Amino acid sequence: MSHHDHHDEERGVSRRKVLECMTWAGTGVLWTISGGVPRSLGLVDAAKAAEKAAEPAGMTFLQISDSHVGFDKPANPNALGTLEEAIGKINAMPKKPSFMIHTGDISHLSKASEFDDADRIISQAKLDVHYVPGEHDFLDEELKFYKERYGKGTMGAGWYSFDAGGVHFVGLVNVVNLKAGGLGNLGTEQLEWLEGDLKGRSKSMPVVVFAHIPLWTVYPEWGWGTEDSAKALDYLKGFGSVTVLNGHIHQVMQKVEGNVTFHTARSTAFPQPAPGTAPSPGPMKVDASKLRSVLGIASVNFKMGDQPLAIIDTPLQG
Amino acid sequence: MTLTALRSLGASLAVAAALLLQPGAPAHAETITVSIDNFTFTPTELKVKVGDTVTWTNHDDIPHALVSAGKFRSKTMDTDDSFSFTFAATGDYKYFCSLHPHMTGMIKVE
Repeated sequence: MSHHDHHDEERGVSRRKVLECMTWAGTGVLWTISGGVPRSLGLVDAAKAAEKAAEPAGMTFLQISDSHVGFDKPANPNALGTLEEAIGKINAMPKKPSFMIHTGDISHLSKASEFDDADRIISQAKLDVHYVPGEHDFLDEELKFYKERYGKGTMGAGWYSFDAGGVHFVGLVNVVNLKAGGLGNLGTEQLEWLEGDLKGRSKSMPVVVFAHIPLWTVYPEWGWGTEDSAKALDYLKGFGSVTVLNGHIHQVMQKVEGNVTFHTARSTAFPQPAPGTAPSPGPMKVDASKLRSVLGIASVNFKMGDQPLAIIDTPLQG
Repeated sequence: MTLTALRSLGASLAVAAALLLQPGAPAHAETITVSIDNFTFTPTELKVKVGDTVTWTNHDDIPHALVSAGKFRSKTMDTDDSFSFTFAATGDYKYFCSLHPHMTGMIKVE
């Protein structure tokens, strides 16, 4: 965080400001979750964070989000370029993650050329990528590009689950059939599927749920939440460790509620303002020299047994 | 002006008035604009007459798309794109952005 921001903060710490600072402070803070209680290991710079990521004993996977390939407005005239930088960061990691998840808004306008460009860059990481769609990935006339490219073997609009490293992963879609005045939406069919998917699973198995729009209510005034997520979270009660990973809001936010840790990732394309700090959630224009400090990737480490989980958000620069 | 001329003028005015009242008369239909700024429709609620056309223009750096259930649906509007719809029947047309459903608006057609 810049000196300037601290100065502003000293003039009076509103809830809004605290939220905003929390967001920015997410840069390079290493979190561990033990027994549902978040414990910050202190501010670490990006290099240290990368070092820590280099020595995990358990499985590591990566989250990238909101690439918005095709976006060329002043907030970032080269969204493809910053995606490429993010992939470069991943390739430079000392220990290669097991795989990657992408929490949606791969493209900006669902154009075939945007998906092509995204694939060309993301494939350079040479990792398996598990996608869920964002609302920007369903804008083509026939709503077919996302499903054709990423939807193989998925249900409905693209939901699915898989196991990796002793962890159960569930990818959900909350960006279709949105209703006037409402938030993100999972829908009955998907919720029924989720209930069945989780039924009979060992409660000691860690679960990671990922979806584009936050599955907790971040800021309903801007539509940052999911209408029927309470039902989904109900099915996750009783599991010892649940991690929910989202995108959509282009900033880092974390919350712990009981057994569930919620986390949103940065975009690789452009930042969005902290809730309520701007007239709208539109792209936030920051100084070109600062852009890379508000874009980035997140790596998640699972250590089996004693259950600590660490999410490290690494900015592209900063 | 003679009485006959006055009568004739009166008759023409009556015709003009009748034309004015005739629903959907294209000569008098208006085009009214709604602007999309900061994820908000301005004006949020708009009264128009049957036959009028409303044109929405997106001034945001983020695309928007309009849906009025069963009535009209726009293509995705990127920055500075517009969408127009001509209202042929009276009624309340509620609409929202299918990408950002917290954005809602209403056109009242009289």
